[in-house]
Amino acid sequence: MSMAAETRYPDRWRKPPLIKSSLLRWCLWLGAAIYLALALGTMDINWQRVAEGLPRGQKFVTAFFPPDFISRWDSIVEGILESIWMTVISTVAGIALSVPVGLGAARNLAPMPVYLSCRGIIALSRTFPEVILAIFAVKLFGFGPFAGFLALSIATIGFFAKLLAEDIEDCDPGQAEAVKATGANWFQWINYAIQPQVMPRMIGLSVYRLDINFRESAVVGIVGGGGIGATLLTAFDRYEFDSAAAILVTIIVIVMVLEYCSGYLRKWVQ
Amino acid sequence: MVTINTDDGPIWRRRTTAQQWMHWLCWLIGVAIVVYCWKLISDRTIWFFVTDAGTQAADLATRMVPPKWSYMEKLWIPVWDTINIATLGTLLALVAAFPIAFLAARNTTPNKAVRAIALLVIVSSRSINSLIWALMLVAIIGPGVFAGVLAIGFRSIGFCAKLLYEAIEEIDPNQVEAIEATGATGGQKLIYGVIPQILPTFAGISVFRWDINIRESTVLGLVGAGGIGLQLDASISTLAWTQVSLILLVILATVIVSEWVSAKVRHAII
Amino acid sequence: MLRLDKLHKRYPTGDEALKGVTLEIPDGQVIALIGPSGAGKSTLIRCINRLVEPTSGSVKLGDTELTTLSSGALRAARRRMGMIFQEYALVERLTVMENVLSGRLGYVGFWQSWFRRFPPKDIREAFRLLDRVGLMTMADKRADELSGGQRQRVGIARALIQDPELLLVDEPTASLDPKTSRQIMRLICELCRERKLSAIINIHDVLLAQMFAERIVGLRLGEIVYDGPPSGLKPDVLTEIYGEEDWESTIEKVDEEDEEDLEAVAK
Repeated sequence: MSMAAETRYPDRWRKPPLIKSSLLRWCLWLGAAIYLALALGTMDINWQRVAEGLPRGQKFVTAFFPPDFISRWDSIVEGILESIWMTVISTVAGIALSVPVGLGAARNLAPMPVYLSCRGIIALSRTFPEVILAIFAVKLFGFGPFAGFLALSIATIGFFAKLLAEDIEDCDPGQAEAVKATGANWFQWINYAIQPQVMPRMIGLSVYRLDINFRESAVVGIVGGGGIGATLLTAFDRYEFDSAAAILVTIIVIVMVLEYCSGYLRKWVQ
Repeated sequence: MVTINTDDGPIWRRRTTAQQWMHWLCWLIGVAIVVYCWKLISDRTIWFFVTDAGTQAADLATRMVPPKWSYMEKLWIPVWDTINIATLGTLLALVAAFPIAFLAARNTTPNKAVRAIALLVIVSSRSINSLIWALMLVAIIGPGVFAGVLAIGFRSIGFCAKLLYEAIEEIDPNQVEAIEATGATGGQKLIYGVIPQILPTFAGISVFRWDINIRESTVLGLVGAGGIGLQLDASISTLAWTQVSLILLVILATVIVSEWVSAKVRHAII
Repeated sequence: MLRLDKLHKRYPTGDEALKGVTLEIPDGQVIALIGPSGAGKSTLIRCINRLVEPTSGSVKLGDTELTTLSSGALRAARRRMGMIFQEYALVERLTVMENVLSGRLGYVGFWQSWFRRFPPKDIREAFRLLDRVGLMTMADKRADELSGGQRQRVGIARALIQDPELLLVDEPTASLDPKTSRQIMRLICELCRERKLSAIINIHDVLLAQMFAERIVGLRLGEIVYDGPPSGLKPDVLTEIYGEEDWESTIEKVDEEDEEDLEAVAK
């Protein structure tokens, strides 16, 4: 102990850096700085146009107090209802379709060729945003909610089948084996061993996807896929900010209600 | 779970008769809703177009191949813009989301009123799709990359802040208590007790959202907010299908690369 | 000198955790606070540095009345009381050194602590303490890389770098194995003697309490039911604190183990 008392202790200390090599660290910093400079440099903001827009922005913000539900009431109601139908039906159809795809995309269930093709379907439907899907759906199936429904269903498959497959792959193999050992056939096996393990999370995810589909249903309308989006687009084109505000408020309220319900449902399922 | 006594001895049932009826009733209501929605949508669909879709698709497919590779030289700048919109928008969102998350988390918020406002900001930002944000911003500040950056940023604030405040609410309170016991101020409690605990989540959220934003920024051009969507819109409206197919391939490649990058980064930081 | 007078705590749920505790601890005395879970041990020490707000009563550290302090003055008072926690409560993702230095947070400003710019004197002291608890080489390790015993040593260093007059120790051995528990208890008591600190050690392990503390306070349902030397813990006393149980065997074992321990110390 007397030794320790005589030891000179350092009076400087530096936190060891996250990236050990100082060269790499400086290169990363420099790279980030150059990228930021280039990105901001090529952005070319038209400040004059921005300045012109500010009063309009102010008008838009004031339009929220209060929003005008009345003058376009009919088209708002119609658009919202159409969005809701689209949401419900595309969620149901999307999930129904993604169950076989998800089963096929789980490595521990499906043989290789099935696995690869199902993964391919998932990758394709996940890559393109709903809007691009909607553009093509409108092109092929004509204007209206049917195109929106198709676009949302396809997007739902990509989302839901992927998560389902991942969940199945994470399943406890012990339980699966135990059921298989009883001599159950494939469907019984899925029903008794896999389904109970993935079901609670899947119910939560379905409600989550319902929520996403509702939000997305607002944008497929912009490209002609039906729903509230078309009404919103018209409102913006005519600079009817108070009607637009009313539509946005409605969307926000519905999303809030959905979120509240999904929280409640998730608690109830678990 | 119940057992029913019959002449042949007890029978095991999963539900009582009343439960069974309720169960069926719920299914019936669900199916009725779906069928009703479907009817409303099909009423608004011109079925001739739908039945015709096969021919349309075949026709479109022949017109889309081969992609017009020479058009690529006009796409480099839009791709660069798209990546910038996603990156700068994500940065903007992170900067704004960080304080909002602290105001919204139950254990760090100064008071209930502030929390309610922060939650309202989060839900509003989340409920409105980035394409709709873009629509608004283009109407206000004019078309261009800047509107795109803001749109991505505004949409992502809610997303990032929500995940972050949930992480803040789940931190280990003992570590914060220990810091408090040393006589630290509120600010010091945050930087020593809270932030180190949520930093990994924060990094994960940033990369996750950046990946999503790359996807979303590819379509912002449809409403004039910059990026490759502008070319997509122009090519579709001039029916230049060989250009469209090239653009879709470029989007596909960008998304795949961004997914690869984000997976790498996530792996490196966690 | 720490003085608690008729300290009362009632939680919003209606639970009465402390029912008028009066206790006096002279400078340099190490007391062990024993009692069953739910007796209010944790609440009692948290009421002293006001991590839990007492409902009524007074807590006096030296001449300072702690219960009425404003938040700024409370922070200054907390610097005089080091606290050691049950699950170590280290900030897991920070380095050992940062954890130790966090004990000085009450003395430095916000930006200094943000940039980890602590005064050289503090850093020297931190290294000295790490050396004292045997973790000199671990300074740059992250806290979650350490074993339980090592983490608790870091926790001790963090409490001591505050240069406190009083140590509040909450179940320091609850998550440690028996051997490490003893080492940690011995370390705490040695350090208290070296620095002439008084300490309140919450502990559910009667053996350890008897072995290391000079005074034992038994708490039951928020009331003090025993206050005296370790040798006074007779079966009837333990029954009063913990309820009916065969205490004879426990006490015998204490004596044996105590001898063993003395031998170990002699070596």
